[in-house]
Order: sequence, then C-alpha cells, then structure tokens
Amino acid sequence: MTLDRRSFLKFLGAGVGAAGAPMISRAADFMPKKGRRVVVVGGGYGGTIAAKYIRMMDASIEVVLIERNKQFISCPFSNYYIGGLISDLAPLTIGYDKLTANHGIKLVHAEVTGIDPAAKVVATANGNIAYDRLIVSPGVEFRTSEIEGYDDKTDQAIPHAWKAGEQTILLRKQLEAMKDGGTVIVSMPLVPYRCPPGPYERVSLIAHYLKQHKPKSKVFLLDANSDVVAKKPLFMKAWKEQYAGIMEYVPSKKVTKVDAATKTLFVEGLEDHKGDVVNFIPPQRAGAIAVKAGLVEAGGNWCPVNATTFESTLHKDIHVIGDSCLAGAMPKSGYSANSQAKVCATNVVALMNGKETVDLSGINVCYSAINDHESISVAGVYKVAEGKIIAVPNSGGISPVDFSQTRLEHLYAESWLKNILTEMSS
Amino acid sequence: MGKMRSRGVSCALLTSGLLLAAAGAQAGASTPAMLSNACAGCHGTHGESAGPSMPSLAGQSKAAIVTAMKEFKGIPKKDAEGKPVLDKDGKPVLETRTSTVMGRLAKGYTDAEIEAMGDFFAGQKHHSPAQAVDKAKVAKGAELQEKHCIRCHVEDGKEGKDNSPIMAGQWLKYLQVQMDLYTGGQRKMSEKMAEKVKPLSKEELDAVLHFYASVK
Ligand SMILES: Cc1cc2nc3c(=O)[nH]c(=O)nc-3n(C[C@H](O)[C@H](O)[C@H](O)COP(=O)(O)OP(=O)(O)OC[C@H]3O[C@@H](n4cnc5c(N)ncnc54)[C@H](O)[C@@H]3O)c2cc1C
Repeated sequence: MTLDRRSFLKFLGAGVGAAGAPMISRAADFMPKKGRRVVVVGGGYGGTIAAKYIRMMDASIEVVLIERNKQFISCPFSNYYIGGLISDLAPLTIGYDKLTANHGIKLVHAEVTGIDPAAKVVATANGNIAYDRLIVSPGVEFRTSEIEGYDDKTDQAIPHAWKAGEQTILLRKQLEAMKDGGTVIVSMPLVPYRCPPGPYERVSLIAHYLKQHKPKSKVFLLDANSDVVAKKPLFMKAWKEQYAGIMEYVPSKKVTKVDAATKTLFVEGLEDHKGDVVNFIPPQRAGAIAVKAGLVEAGGNWCPVNATTFESTLHKDIHVIGDSCLAGAMPKSGYSANSQAKVCATNVVALMNGKETVDLSGINVCYSAINDHESISVAGVYKVAEGKIIAVPNSGGISPVDFSQTRLEHLYAESWLKNILTEMSS
Repeated sequence: MGKMRSRGVSCALLTSGLLLAAAGAQAGASTPAMLSNACAGCHGTHGESAGPSMPSLAGQSKAAIVTAMKEFKGIPKKDAEGKPVLDKDGKPVLETRTSTVMGRLAKGYTDAEIEAMGDFFAGQKHHSPAQAVDKAKVAKGAELQEKHCIRCHVEDGKEGKDNSPIMAGQWLKYLQVQMDLYTGGQRKMSEKMAEKVKPLSKEELDAVLHFYASVK
C-alpha cells in the first residue's frame, strides 16, 4: 500500500486540513525521537498522572512531559486561602523533580505553541518534539472575548482566581483590604465550567471570613445559572443556617459586560452591580492549545473523545483528558482528570503494544468546605455504556443533608489533597 | 529524519493503528488495575496513603478489603432464622458501615469487582509511613494488645485472622478516627471485638493504636 499520509488520513475521514489545524514550521527536532514516545502537554491534575502511569505500566515507552511553569499550584483548596483557612499556598504547590526522577519522565519547561496532527509534532519555544501518541491536558481557557469591556488588564482589578497562584493571592489581598461594611460580588458562568461546586465553596468561605472579621459586609453570588448546579441542598442549608444576612444567592444573572475601573458587572448588558471587591469568573472552554490544534468540536467549546481511550474523535493519535475533554457524566474536576489520566494511560500503553483496550472505570470525589471545620462532598463511580461515560446507576451522590458527616469530611478532605498532590509529584 | 523514509514508516504505523482502533472498539472488561487505580486519588498510588486520616490499602488483606467494601455497600440483615429482614415495602433491610464517601462509591461496584480490587491491593507492597508515635504509649500498647487483640490481629497486627484487618504500620490518625466511631457507637463492633474492647479505657485503647502505628 503506497498511500501517502495525507490521502490516508482523508481516507480515514480525519481531514487534517479541513479541521483547520495549523501546520507548524519544520524547525529542527529539539529532542530527536529514537524509540516509541508519548508526549504529554500540561503538567497539572491530568498530565502528571498520565505521564507517571504510562511509565509505571511500560518503561520502554519514552515519556516527555511539557509544562510552562516550574511549579504547579493546585486550584483545589485555593478557596481555603481566599477564605483565610490557610495562610499561604505552600500546601498547594508541587514541583516536578521527584516525579520525573522516580519515573524517568523527560520534562521540558516550555510553552507549547502548536500541534501538527499530521506530522505528529508538537512545537515549543525550544523547538519541535515528535510523538507517536500525544496526550493533551491543558485545563481551561477563558472565553473573555464574549465579555464586553474585558481586556488583558481586567483580571488585575477584578480577579478571576480560577487558575491558582497570583490571582488567588490578589483576591485574598483585596478581601483583606476591604473595609467592614463592604460589598463582595462573585460572578459565575453558565455550566459547563471547571469545578461545578467551586464557586459555591468560594462564596461560603468568603462569607465565613466576613462573618468573623468584617460582619457588616456582604457577599453576593451572581449565578448565570437559574439554580445552584452542585450539591444544592447542602449549600442551601449551609447558607441559610450559617450565613443568613451575610451571603446572598442571586440566580439567573449572566454577566455580559464588565467595567474593571469602577468594579461593575453588567447583567445581560442591563442591570449593573458594583462591588468593593469583585470576583468575576469568566465562561470557559478547552485550554488554548487544544483550541488552536483543532481539537474542539465545531460550534462547541470542548474536545470530543472516545470514552475508553480518550483519543480525540477529530485527530488520530491525540488524546485529550481533564477539563478540556467532553467526558460524559464525569464533571470537570481534579479528581476526574486524575481518574481519566489513568484510563487514558492504560489504553495508550495497550494501543502501543497491540493489546486490547480496557473499558473505563472511573471515580470522582469532590469535597467543598463550608467553613473552617465542616466540608460536604459529592462522589461518583463511572463506566462506559454504549460508547458513553455514565454514572453507575444507584451509586454516588452527595453527603447526608443532616450534616452528620461534615466534620469527618473536613478531615478526609485534607488527606485527599495530600494524597492526590503526592500522586502527582512523586 | 529522511522524508521518504519517514513516510513509509508512518504508513506502516498508521495501518497497524487502524487495526488497533478496530480492536479498541470492543474494549475488554475492566481489570483489577483499572478498577483500583481510580481509588488512588484518595488512597495514594497503589493504595499507599500519604494522608494521615486516609487508610493505606497497599498490602491489606483481601478479606478485610472485601468485607469493608461489602459493609459500606450494605449487607442484607438476617433474622434469627437466617431469613432476610424486609422493610415495609418488602425491600431487604441493609446493615451498612458508617462512612462518608465510601458508601456512595461502594454501591458502584459488583461483588466481583470488589474481589478484584481486594486482590489488587493485597498484592501491593506496604510501606509503613513515617509518623510520630508516643514511645510510652507504644510500650503500654504492646502489652495490652498481647492480652486483648492478638487472637484476631495476629503477630503485632501484621496479619489478620479471617477478615480482621492488618493493623501494623497503618496511619495513627486513621486508627483513632475509627476507634472514635466504634466507641461513639457510630461503627458497629463485632461481638468478639466489643468484648475485648469493653474493659479498656480510652487511654489504653489509644496506647494500642500507637503500638500498631509503630510496627514497621
Ligand atoms: C477554585 C477551584 C477549586 C477547585 N476545587 C477542586 C476540588 O476540590 N476537587 C477537585 O477534584 N477539583 C477541583 N477543582 C478543579 C480542578 O482544578 C480542575 O478540574 C483540574 O485542575 C483539571 O486538570 P487539568 O489537567 O485538566 O488542568 P490543570 O490542572 O489546570 O493543568 C493544566 C496544566 O497545563 C499547563 N499548560 C496549559 N497549556 C499549556 C501550554 N500551551 N504549554 C505548556 N503548558 C501548558 C498549565 O500550566 C497547567 O499546569 C477546582 C477548581 C477551582 C478553580
């Protein structure tokens, strides 16, 4: 068979050119590929685990992990910092030294600027890196172009704090600097976005802080959704019993315009809400590199994938995991990204060794703190049915609404963080 | 990389890729590793926990893991004659072990899957975590466990009789949380255990836990 690559891909129906993936320049290979190689883009909740598990399952496969930052700061528990439950981000910060040394992962600290699915090459500032299979776990990008008045300085005045680090610290500083009697506004987008219960946890912990230190102040949550989208009865109970008068939930408030200078949010361009501290969480889509590589479905914001291998349905040999992918019933959480990474790693190794793939079995557990000693959770078990990821019937769910387990869950949440970050960093 | 040659190579690769993709369409049933790796987000890689309130599962006995999972899921209650007890709707009444997320998660697995996970974790090597224990309590606990616990938690807790869990080198915080649940009436002890625990004071029980946590 002497079909060349291009016509072969067309024959497969992948249509490289049609998907609009940018061809990247043929710069020198910065790491010439000798044997079989998997490249992983993004060293966060999904990418670190995919890289590690591939090496644990088959040490004959070379794994190159590409991450722009020298350290990773976890979004999970960043609300603890914003609410003053922890005093620095050290417990949320991990490095890559042990992970790469323990498992022989080759780490490249660089920005990935392009992916060429036809040539199977990733472009970085350091040069090109070829792959046999690529795993992409770049998190989310904000759809700020949909928000009138939003520019690249907006988040300095009204932080999103939806990627942990400087933004988290900025929001905390603003809360600390606010006078007692001030107004805090948190604005959250329509589903789907990263971490469904995250905004509700955030307002709870901001209310916790205000209640203790600035009791004349108030925090409003402007929810673009028409109702609480995660752990509803639990959050409602916490707000009613613990934060009445200090926290107010306002549904169906989709912000379409911002004015950073006056810290004002405009709902559907009409009503305006001005705050002393404004935390605007923009609507989201798959990480920028996934968008650029043509991995996002037409007219959508996320990457469609095979439910067992997480291979993109748009580009062969590229797998997408974590927040960026469409994973059926699995929510966009760090735990989901961790679980998907292992399923993906298992099946990437199987495919590279000509073995049968193994159906997904996944878990999500997500704790949310409601104050400094109580947490609530949602948990789920997932499997594949008819090509889709579904929650296993009659399992999973949220904490008991009588709050009988909240103290224990707070304790377990701390160990969850310790374990999941240790998994990622060693 | 020569262009001509690379084309030839990638064509061959792609052809095999196509065949594999077809095989992938009928993915195999879950494997013990696939099922168990998902647990590691909370319990640590291969079940070796790094969080003091979360138990290590690595090297735990299969019988103990399977029992725990089935108790989390709920075991049909039986009456004196061994017949299942039914509620007013005619559904079997379940006896469930107190838990936070584990009850909700355990319901997502079949008994066969639970057995597979038990095999997986029992087959992993246990490493006792580095943790602070009180020396005086360890010494006192060592004596107490010889008298009270050794029949089921055999050999300094390094083995478990029947479905009794291995205690040696477990996280102290986890053991203490569970003991509080037991003594607070939230977790049910077996009759055998209740009998042995009853004469011990809170301090004595804590000493026993310090001992087990200290065993390497
Ligand atoms: C406030 C908040 C609280 C949360 N709480 C929880 C929680 O309690 N539990 C939970 O399970 N989840 C929680 N989440 C969700 C969790 O953070 C995400 O779901 C998770 O991070 C997704 O993993 P990922 O691998 O997709 O992306 P990330 O973890 O964001 O990793 C992406 C990585 O890719 C890198 N990257 C991206 N693009 C490039 C590029 N072009 N070149 C090089 N590197 C690149 C980034 O620097 C980053 O390190 C929370 C989120 C928020 C915002």
